[in-house]
Amino acid sequence: MSARSEPVLRAPQSRTKTSPVSASGPFEFTLALGDDALVAAQRLAEWTSRAPEMEEDVALSNIALDQLGAARLLLTYAGELEGAGRDEDALAYLRDDREFRNCLLVELPNGDFAVTMAKLFFLAAYQLPLYTALAGCGDEQLAAIGGKARKESAYHLDHAALWVRRLGDGTGESHRRMQAAVDGTWPYVHELFAADPAAPVDPATLRADFDATVTTVLAEATLTRPESGWAPAGGRDGVHTEHLSYLLAEMQVLHRAHPGARW
Amino acid sequence: MYGNDFAAVDAPDGGLLGQVEAAEAALRAAAARGRGGAVAAGADPESYFADVINADQKIEPRDWMPEAYRRTLIRQIAQHAHSEIVGMQPEGNWISRAPSLKRKAILLAKVQDEAGHGLYLYAAAETLGVSRDELVDLLLSGRQKYSSIFNYPTLTWADVGVVGWLVDGAAIVNQVPLCRCSYGPYARAMIRVCKEESFHQRQGYEILHTLAHGTPAQKAMAQDAVDRWWYPSLAMFGPPDGDSTHSAQSMAWKIKRFSNDELRQRFVDMCVQQAETLGLTLPDPGLRWNPERQAYDFTQPDYDELMRVISGDGPCNRQRMAHRRRAHAEGAWVREAAAAYAAKRARHEERVAA
Repeated sequence: MSARSEPVLRAPQSRTKTSPVSASGPFEFTLALGDDALVAAQRLAEWTSRAPEMEEDVALSNIALDQLGAARLLLTYAGELEGAGRDEDALAYLRDDREFRNCLLVELPNGDFAVTMAKLFFLAAYQLPLYTALAGCGDEQLAAIGGKARKESAYHLDHAALWVRRLGDGTGESHRRMQAAVDGTWPYVHELFAADPAAPVDPATLRADFDATVTTVLAEATLTRPESGWAPAGGRDGVHTEHLSYLLAEMQVLHRAHPGARW
Repeated sequence: MYGNDFAAVDAPDGGLLGQVEAAEAALRAAAARGRGGAVAAGADPESYFADVINADQKIEPRDWMPEAYRRTLIRQIAQHAHSEIVGMQPEGNWISRAPSLKRKAILLAKVQDEAGHGLYLYAAAETLGVSRDELVDLLLSGRQKYSSIFNYPTLTWADVGVVGWLVDGAAIVNQVPLCRCSYGPYARAMIRVCKEESFHQRQGYEILHTLAHGTPAQKAMAQDAVDRWWYPSLAMFGPPDGDSTHSAQSMAWKIKRFSNDELRQRFVDMCVQQAETLGLTLPDPGLRWNPERQAYDFTQPDYDELMRVISGDGPCNRQRMAHRRRAHAEGAWVREAAAAYAAKRARHEERVAA
């Protein structure tokens, strides 16, 4: 792997083939973050008109809109970095699941409200230090995106952490559901922090921050942090769960039915 | 017409936003004028109420009001709130499949606005001494209605455009006069709602304009949606004046300012030119300019169909209610948990304070 001082554009094929993780130059790195945000937005938007409270309907759409906004900025910039003429819609609508680089966590089905909050909590606890680090990185555009997105992530984290505490320390049923949700989604967090020293921000450097947040909130919520050794991964290499293909089929169906049309 | 001079001639809302702004100015002017001059404060409550209405002042939550006025307003505001909440479903139906990320963001924001409208309309109803939970129960048990238009399905992406252009357009025509409603909290809520709805209507119009100037398949999709939504949109203004049960008293109380037929005519006149600009055809062979009336003659919607849909037999009544009930039932454990957590925190703070 080349040193992290290597400037700007690394073509995807320059990655070391034997590396266990995908080495990310700015393009693949930006694409992966854009895909995280896009798939998270798609899942969160599924809650619209279905939330447990009307106020929560507004809040979840708000967070979905933030994720979608970040996705659009990141995918647009990824298209520029790639230099092959793909815009945000070409990247969102005309790639198959094997070409998506999002983490598995975001594509998991919403489940009940506790599962959705567990997913959002872990995602925000990762995105906040990530975007914060990005805001100080050498790439001006990524720094600008990080600077904007980190404020939104701080709100997402507050909101999800509040629900994790409410549900964990609410009723017997909500505690049981919240613990089950944490247990079920926890294995998917490890993929988020796979080391990638060549990337604009090495995800491995974010783990300590993430662990501190999670440990505090789970303790306040009277929840137990799981000890599972299972760490599913593959999203960053385009090897996903069975769920992503269905999500994309729905998201892309209309766009693909009218090739070349403007909307 | 109020303040029609505010708006550009080709605005797709037909100048309605100008009327909203004029109503807002009138509301401020009335507040500044105070009630002192026209209204005798020492009078008995009934004549005080009548004086306030006659002076075009606003009735506020703490004022005395006839019980029937209160009940009429609760019914109307609640039905409006329910319509916003149920109306999220037909449009929310296309968020996941929106054909570009920009359209997805616009639609998501729009549906979110509707949830917001529902929230502040329920809050306006609560000023009349009823709780949101009671109103939600009335909706879920079928004892209160929502606008029948949302019992029609959104079958294609063009339906999202038409719902914005025609359905939001009709809603605005209906609601702009409510910005001058005699009940203060409702009038103020309507001013805010109308401003956002006007924005939504513009977005719907823009979706249709893009489709109508796109590929032949897109244009056909747009025309098909207009064909399906035109008459249900006309029916949104309610039964013809002769058959309308609530109108006369509501007019006297200045809750309602124009009759169903007057508003329907206003809507038709607004849409004809817009349809021409879009290059789409309104599905009414009887539509033509009548120089004597200075208005368009048009074919009335099928009011028997309207009555069937209101009574529960529209294409989506069962689906919309089942969706709402399921969301409410599946959220029960979450609401209970939030209440239990809040109670624990309150007890904890009491202990800390003691």
